[in-house]
Amino acid sequence: MSNNMGKPNLEVFAETLLNEAKKNSKILVTTSDSRGSGKLVPYSKELPEQIIEVGIAEQNLVGISAGLSAAGKKVFAVSPASFLTARALEQIKGDIAYSDLPVCLVGISAGISYGQLGSTHHSIHDYAVLRCIHNMSIVAPADNFETIQAIKQAVNFKSPLYLRFGKKPMLDISHENKDFNIGKAKFVTKGEDVLLMATGETVQRAYLAAQILSEKDIHATVISMHTIKPFDAETFLSESRKSKVILSIEEHSIHGGLGEQCASILAQNDIKTNFKILGIPDEYMINGTQSDVLDYYEMSPEKISKTVLTLLSK
Amino acid sequence: MEQSKLQRKSIEYRKTILKIIFESGAGHTGGSLSCIDILNVLYNSVMDITPENFSSFDRDHFIQSKGHSVEALYTVLLDCGFYKKEDLGTLNNFNSHFIGHPTKKVLGIEHNTGALGHGLSVAVGMALGLKMDQKKHQVYALLGDGELSEGSVWEAAMTASKYELENLTAIIDRNRLQITGSTEEVNPIEPLQDKFLSFGFNVIEVKGNDIASLVEVFQKPKKEKNKPNLIIANTIKGAGISFMENQVSWHHKVPSQSEYDLAIHELNEAFENVQ
Ligand SMILES: Cc1ncc(C[n+]2csc(CCOP(=O)(O)OP(=O)(O)O)c2C)c(N)n1
Ligand SMILES: [Mg+2]
Repeated sequence: MSNNMGKPNLEVFAETLLNEAKKNSKILVTTSDSRGSGKLVPYSKELPEQIIEVGIAEQNLVGISAGLSAAGKKVFAVSPASFLTARALEQIKGDIAYSDLPVCLVGISAGISYGQLGSTHHSIHDYAVLRCIHNMSIVAPADNFETIQAIKQAVNFKSPLYLRFGKKPMLDISHENKDFNIGKAKFVTKGEDVLLMATGETVQRAYLAAQILSEKDIHATVISMHTIKPFDAETFLSESRKSKVILSIEEHSIHGGLGEQCASILAQNDIKTNFKILGIPDEYMINGTQSDVLDYYEMSPEKISKTVLTLLSK
Repeated sequence: MEQSKLQRKSIEYRKTILKIIFESGAGHTGGSLSCIDILNVLYNSVMDITPENFSSFDRDHFIQSKGHSVEALYTVLLDCGFYKKEDLGTLNNFNSHFIGHPTKKVLGIEHNTGALGHGLSVAVGMALGLKMDQKKHQVYALLGDGELSEGSVWEAAMTASKYELENLTAIIDRNRLQITGSTEEVNPIEPLQDKFLSFGFNVIEVKGNDIASLVEVFQKPKKEKNKPNLIIANTIKGAGISFMENQVSWHHKVPSQSEYDLAIHELNEAFENVQ
């Protein structure tokens, strides 16, 4: 395993989308005073005809994106994940998902990327609320490679899609596996002892935890579960049958996200295993940087590996 | 309070805002500097809000809907004795309640804000509650001008006028900038006066960085019977620091050491010149 630091996924998203939009004039970006946060200033300068600004109005943003999509445009609606999926939830539900318009919603600075800006700016609810909306697909790429692939596939995606990006530079976790398809679990490492399920920016933490464990001769399968919905239950099931310990790790509330999805599949398939959900607990969240908060809630690579050891010894 | 004293306070407040942003390495510089004179006049010469009466609802109320300018609010609340300097020194530290937006974990803060477009609705609810109980207290809400693109602001405006909330004063920090650029380029809000007039408000314009004008407008408000009030405070984003004024880049930029020193120097000079 080698560790190469890449760029922030958000930056790669903006560059990839600019390249795609140059080739395809039907691509439009819609923003809500969010082009700076979305790293889209270069895009707006190069393609001023392919960006629509609505001001600080996320509900309007999603509604207008729906209308533009009905008019045949391929719309990428870009806004902080928190405002996009909480403020404009009804527009997402009614105007995008229910009305079946293939808009790509791009939640930027997702999870707890905003650190000390506090809970108004955090999106640890987005998987939960979007998962129970029929017709929504949800994807959180882990690294630069997955980001590029996700954007390219999003351009041709025929139904509503939510992409979730953080803003920290991400390790390249795809050097051994370049097989990325929306809807299909992606193996980062393979090992027979434990299964680490992670998504988005937490995949890197799982990957580093696997490195710590391998020094102790414990071998982990790390899966980048970039697609939270539709969930690749088949891969998860076959892997979970092989593992003594399963951990899910997400930058999201422990309610309604990756972990509970896994738990539901395990329970309904009668798989008895040592399983633990790591995420943000249901409490007044501690204030701090993204990294400090994730560490505090036991999602540092060290803590993840320790938790694995504890579960293995049970 | 004498106007010269208020003027000196405004300069001291600007120094504190810059200091806490500089030292904590984050903050919304431009918008805190544009609204600080409004907060100064409200907290020091208009509103009945003190650490002593804060736990009761029987007092005036202030909702900072443009929550990102929290450094201005922290600064004024510190001076009004709501907490100690050391507390504010923890700004943006791990596990501190002093973060980049207002929360009720900090004494003196009325409501958790940060997502724009919520404050006016909450203020309408508070004003309505006071009115139902025949209380004479006032509710103030401070909004950004970019914030006015949120539809919820206009929903609240309609209800304010329906319930004839004379005890409600919304203040727009009209600094003409938001993150991307000028409000009139991003999503035009003019004619602003006419919009609020047609929503049934009593509309007043004021020079929003001028203590004398603010004192005049807030201490002797020209109210109209049964109408909510809207004050358009024409301000300058980054007001008081020459190289920050009207610069969109200073929305949430943190000064470098040399920029910080220069800014403090300018403020010290301004302090000398107060009559
Ligand atoms: C609902 C919501 N959308 C977006 C943001 C991100 N945001 C923070 S400040 C800001 C610009 C605010 O501009 P304005 O209201 O004019 O404030 P000021 O110029 O006084 O700083 C934006 C878009 C937010 N805080 N809340
Ligand atoms: Mg403004």
